[in-house]
Amino acid sequence: MPTTAVMSKPTVGIVKFASCDGCQLSLLDLEDELLNIVGKFDIVEFPEASSSRSLGPYDVLLVEGAISTEDQLREITELRTKTKTLVTIGACASYGGIQALRNWLDHDAVRAAVYAHPEFIESMATATPVREHVKVDAELHGCPINQDQLRELLASVALGRRPQIREEAVCLECKRRGNVCVLVASGIPCLGPVTQGGCGALCPAYGRGCYGCFGPKELANARSLATSFMVDRDPADVGRLFAGFTAYAEPFRSIVTELGGTRMDPAGPAAARPTDGGHA
Amino acid sequence: MHVTPEIDAAGDPRPSGPRPGIDHDFNVAYITRVEGEGSLRLRVRDGGVVEARLSIFEAPRYFEQLVIGRTPDEVIDIVSRICGICPVAYQMSAVHGFEDLFEIEVDPEIRALRRLLYCGEWIQSHALHIYLLHAPDFLGYPSAIAMAADHKPIVAQGLAIKKVGNQILSTLGGRAIHPISVRVGGFSKVPTAAALAPLREALDGAVDAAMETVRMVAGFEVPEYHREPNLVSLVHPTEYPYNHGRIVSSDGVDLPVDRWDDAFEEIQVEGTNALQARTHDGGVYLLGPAARLTLSPGTLHPLAAEALAETGLGDVIRTNIYWSIAARAIELLHACAEARDIIDGYHRPAEPRVKWTARPGRAAWATEAPRGLLFHRYELDDRGRIAGAQIVPPTSQNQAAIEADLAAFAPSVLDLPHEEATLRLEQLIRSYDPCISCATHFLDLRVERPT
Repeated sequence: MPTTAVMSKPTVGIVKFASCDGCQLSLLDLEDELLNIVGKFDIVEFPEASSSRSLGPYDVLLVEGAISTEDQLREITELRTKTKTLVTIGACASYGGIQALRNWLDHDAVRAAVYAHPEFIESMATATPVREHVKVDAELHGCPINQDQLRELLASVALGRRPQIREEAVCLECKRRGNVCVLVASGIPCLGPVTQGGCGALCPAYGRGCYGCFGPKELANARSLATSFMVDRDPADVGRLFAGFTAYAEPFRSIVTELGGTRMDPAGPAAARPTDGGHA
Repeated sequence: MHVTPEIDAAGDPRPSGPRPGIDHDFNVAYITRVEGEGSLRLRVRDGGVVEARLSIFEAPRYFEQLVIGRTPDEVIDIVSRICGICPVAYQMSAVHGFEDLFEIEVDPEIRALRRLLYCGEWIQSHALHIYLLHAPDFLGYPSAIAMAADHKPIVAQGLAIKKVGNQILSTLGGRAIHPISVRVGGFSKVPTAAALAPLREALDGAVDAAMETVRMVAGFEVPEYHREPNLVSLVHPTEYPYNHGRIVSSDGVDLPVDRWDDAFEEIQVEGTNALQARTHDGGVYLLGPAARLTLSPGTLHPLAAEALAETGLGDVIRTNIYWSIAARAIELLHACAEARDIIDGYHRPAEPRVKWTARPGRAAWATEAPRGLLFHRYELDDRGRIAGAQIVPPTSQNQAAIEADLAAFAPSVLDLPHEEATLRLEQLIRSYDPCISCATHFLDLRVERPT
């Protein structure tokens, strides 16, 4: 056993499943600090950026993307056994992402609509968050993740402490930014009151309603917000507001199932379909 | 290229195992330093390539089905998520298609801002590919991070240029990845001239750095290779192609921007999750920087045209895909120089967007993503909701050209040690800057016409 007091750098892996690569790119987008940051770690697996590969073990594994094929399920299960701290980065890995809208659809019909030969395509009926399959130690939210939060996560890993990520609704960021409330002043439906912050209230700052890409705030009363929107809107139009990049996260999921909004299985009403995340 | 193995006299396929010294199998289970997940399989028998296949095992995400029933503005947000590296391309092809169907005329300043936004994406994506993904091949490193140990100024320069692209994206779109301001009819918010001033300053440095980039990559040692491809890109009489133009090929195709499907089609091939595109008569074609440079030499920014002339690489860029890094560098310079010009001429429009009314019909458009032509087609119903969608990303169109190049190039590396030959083949794939997450989105074969 080495007895040296010098701490070795944490070994880090960065992998992806069903996703757009944007959250991994957020790391490379830390342009000014990138070379300093990567110097604090031993990045042993990052196939998007490096041809040097490692089968593990990893002190930290950053996981992008939803689990949507049997191969991915096998891979994440195996990766978990080789990983001390597993962190999901972004809405796909943490909530299923936009591709989780398929969970309301008849997968065989979707696959057949898209492919002339659906039998060539290996894919599960659902796209689900990583935490439905293996233990997750920390999650970064957002579509894409926020760079400040990524920086904080990496700093906490380097220092061996818990990440300090603020838990508050977009509304609080919006107030601090000095935005005029789009919901109150302009009647634009906005998910800010029930959505986790982290984006800096970006959409309201651009005159748009929040579309919930950081996912539901803990204990958010989304149902009540949806009911208030329904005073002058069709239920399906309200459902569509929640049927976005974090649709599969409760309580958004129940609202989408009840009100519609995403395209539903043509065989029957959406509410009849199981949405408990069962992936077989 | 998918070649059926030869059948021997007895009617049995030849033995599949390679014979030492005569046959070669090259397999790359996971192609690194590309965006998304793909593998390479190449088999050589008796010195001839019998199979060259780029397999895309990126999981399908079914975007064409996910947008059914959504509004045009929602589609802009959703299709952005096809690609974290070129989200603006997806937003642009979609928004132009809808505006064309709804007969919306946008303010000329809005048109210029969209071009500026696209410049930002090209700068970001091209700098990422040249410096962080591709240059390590030429300088002999597994990654830019490893390369930085010996060549820190080069990597730092690439990151600095890339940052300027991201600043443009954030200034116009709120954030660099999945920006939020593009709306049908314009933008949700447009910047003041003062907000663009810091970009103007940063772009001075980026133009200089892009010129150095051109000089640097022109000095790289590139494998000998020659193939005359059929090139396809948008061509516009006065602008280097981004959002507008006609779909033109070196084989004589010349179509309006919304009629891609008149000349090209998607087919499904076993063993890959991306549809491939061909001309209707099965022809293979090439998209991207080399195609654009070759088909639109007259609309390059003067600084970029001059830099291209100085390299003397105009011809080999067309015929040797390994030189795509130089084509990308020229376009990087173009995008930096044009972005600066747009900011210099900018006057904030009175309204960020015009009002519009949805109507049913076919909304189709193509724009030039960093990797090449990106075609979208939507059918809208009476309520202005999506009834059908087809999204044809550049990488699925380039797949067949990649395989053709692999098959044509492979015989020249058979004498090299196996590992080195495999690396050369992998490098060839990286030369296309393939965006595999993009490619894994598919044709909806059951488009319902609005009633």
